[in-house]
Amino acid sequence: MNSAVAFAEERNPTDWQSDAMQKRIRKRYASERRFKALGLGAIVLSAGFLAFLLIVMVGNGLRGFTQTELPVEIDFPAMTGGASPSQFVGANGSANLRSLGVQDIVSTSVQIQYGEQGTELFSAGSWQTVQAAILDNPGIVESRTTLYLPVGSEIDVAYKGDGNASAEKTVEELKDQLSTGFNSNFLFNSDATDPMQVGIWGALKGSLITMFITLIIAFPIGVFSALYLEEYAPKNRFTDLIEVSINNLAAVPSIIFGLLGLAVFLNLFGLPRSAALVGGLTLALMTMPVIVISGRNAIKAVPPSIREAALGIGASQMQVVFHHVLPLALPGILTGTIIGMARALGETAPLLMIGMRAFIATPPGGIVEPATVLPVQIFLWSDEVNRGFVEKTSAAIIVLLLFLLTMNALAIYLRNRFETRW
Amino acid sequence: MTELVDSTNSSESYTMTESAVPNISAGDGPLKMTTRNVDVFYGDKQAINGVSIDVTMDNVTAFIGPSGCGKSTFLRCLNRMNDTIPIAKVTGEITLEGEDIYAAKMDVVQLRARVGMVFQKPNPFPKSIYDNIAYGPRIHGLATSKDELDNIVETSLQRAGLWREVQDRLQDSGTALSGGQQQRLCIARAIAVDPEVILMDEPCSALDPIATAKIEELIHELRGKYAIVIVTHNMQQAARVSQRTAFFHLGTLVEYGVTSDIFTNPTQEKTRDYITGRYG
Repeated sequence: MNSAVAFAEERNPTDWQSDAMQKRIRKRYASERRFKALGLGAIVLSAGFLAFLLIVMVGNGLRGFTQTELPVEIDFPAMTGGASPSQFVGANGSANLRSLGVQDIVSTSVQIQYGEQGTELFSAGSWQTVQAAILDNPGIVESRTTLYLPVGSEIDVAYKGDGNASAEKTVEELKDQLSTGFNSNFLFNSDATDPMQVGIWGALKGSLITMFITLIIAFPIGVFSALYLEEYAPKNRFTDLIEVSINNLAAVPSIIFGLLGLAVFLNLFGLPRSAALVGGLTLALMTMPVIVISGRNAIKAVPPSIREAALGIGASQMQVVFHHVLPLALPGILTGTIIGMARALGETAPLLMIGMRAFIATPPGGIVEPATVLPVQIFLWSDEVNRGFVEKTSAAIIVLLLFLLTMNALAIYLRNRFETRW
Repeated sequence: MTELVDSTNSSESYTMTESAVPNISAGDGPLKMTTRNVDVFYGDKQAINGVSIDVTMDNVTAFIGPSGCGKSTFLRCLNRMNDTIPIAKVTGEITLEGEDIYAAKMDVVQLRARVGMVFQKPNPFPKSIYDNIAYGPRIHGLATSKDELDNIVETSLQRAGLWREVQDRLQDSGTALSGGQQQRLCIARAIAVDPEVILMDEPCSALDPIATAKIEELIHELRGKYAIVIVTHNMQQAARVSQRTAFFHLGTLVEYGVTSDIFTNPTQEKTRDYITGRYG
């Protein structure tokens, strides 16, 4: 009591207008402005990097979706000895086409038009374009038809402005005839040695199958682990140990999981190498801890009052979990799962260990057939000497980024769609 | 006061001490639940100390006492909600209709259906009003047809005095109702599984006075249909809604008796001090 009285006597009213106070206010404003500027700077810098990445990728990559073409006039009636369009329709169509010898027809036509060395101008697989054109529209075999065929990779690169001297010269000579068309090969073919013939479909399909395996293994195991740990497991030293282990597992470098896959799935279980099954299993091991951690967080975020409410009217533990906790935690679990899957989709190192870096020229037909995935394909193409692969690599990166973007968009959509407010 | 907390090793001594033995009988009416020498431990800490009390069918029983006196803890023993807390340990005997509810053969899920609970904070499920009520009957298989279920939902809402307010919007979310309506929804949800006892853990502490009055009115109407035990820190509320009052202090039952006697003529000094507002 006494001290309070004494304090009241000593106390002077605060002078809010004093110089020291004004200086302090100015300082405070200045530091706020500084902080805002720093934050804005950080955002601008990261946005700049992102923009740079996207512009370079799109700039290079979009050229990968186009190809340079030269017109070739093919006198089908003369060359085929009067084949009728009906031969190339139906079940026997492609067999008849094979016996027609399209490759020879094309090279002869090219030599007639562009001289003896003409075939060197064109991509080795350009006859396949003709074959596809016939299957697409058999009517063309009845007349002289001009088709645009893809040129060789060197000329293609030179036409796009990045070639060597001799190719540049050829481009100069043929300038009037060269044109640019959409490279449908890139979307529907698989890996090839000729950059004009490579496609992303094999790797894309491999990625899809691998992701599917990863999802059906990692999602149930991850969700059930999270549910058990949060709702059933007693809290003791042993479960603490499990929690720490799972957190550590999520931070283990991915190549270690590759070695594990190599040692366990290939050597111990004898599963086939390069298969999407093994890739999926390995990535599932890697994704599962991410799902467990995000799942546990989502389950923890369900208010205890909901659990009590259900228990209070006589719901069993399992009914509480499956009727109330899981539906409320699902948006969070799904978001975590998709983020984990997106990480697995971009993973290269563990897949190299289990042999998915092989040259695979046909899309995988099943889970045990040799396959490759998008990031590994990018890695392989980036290693190629041929300049034609540069733009293909960028184009493949665009496909991979679009895939990732779609998955993340899905994650955001699911979160907003199923989020319940209480 | 402090010696009760300190001497956790001998729970017997409290019930034996002459001045600490309260009247445990509820007096008239058929017995619904009885407890004898109930101790509750949270780890090493003893929260409830040898509480013996009888709950009858016809009377609303109120538990009052200062914060932290263990009244909610004790209430949660009556339908074994303390089971969900791993470190909680309950000893002594609690019976429902003569059956020991902590016996090994007692099915805790069925027990909680028979002894319903309403919580401090309204906690409707984030589902429609209809589904909130229908959930209990569904999981216990109380309705065999849609009509029967509709009937249970309507009766429960009517008994909880909510039917007229929500009958046109049964498919709206239960969380969209006001706080008082949510709490009555929770009471309706408890009623829907046809319990014998309803435990209410400070059901009005999160509500405004008007909503509180409605809940109190509801408790009056439910009296006799269900045995009701209500925990409250509001002494006026205990006086208004209950016929029997138990006063808890530091984990022990200090006094139990007819509500009007407790408030007008308490036998224990501690009770008198509390209800006159000396502490609490």
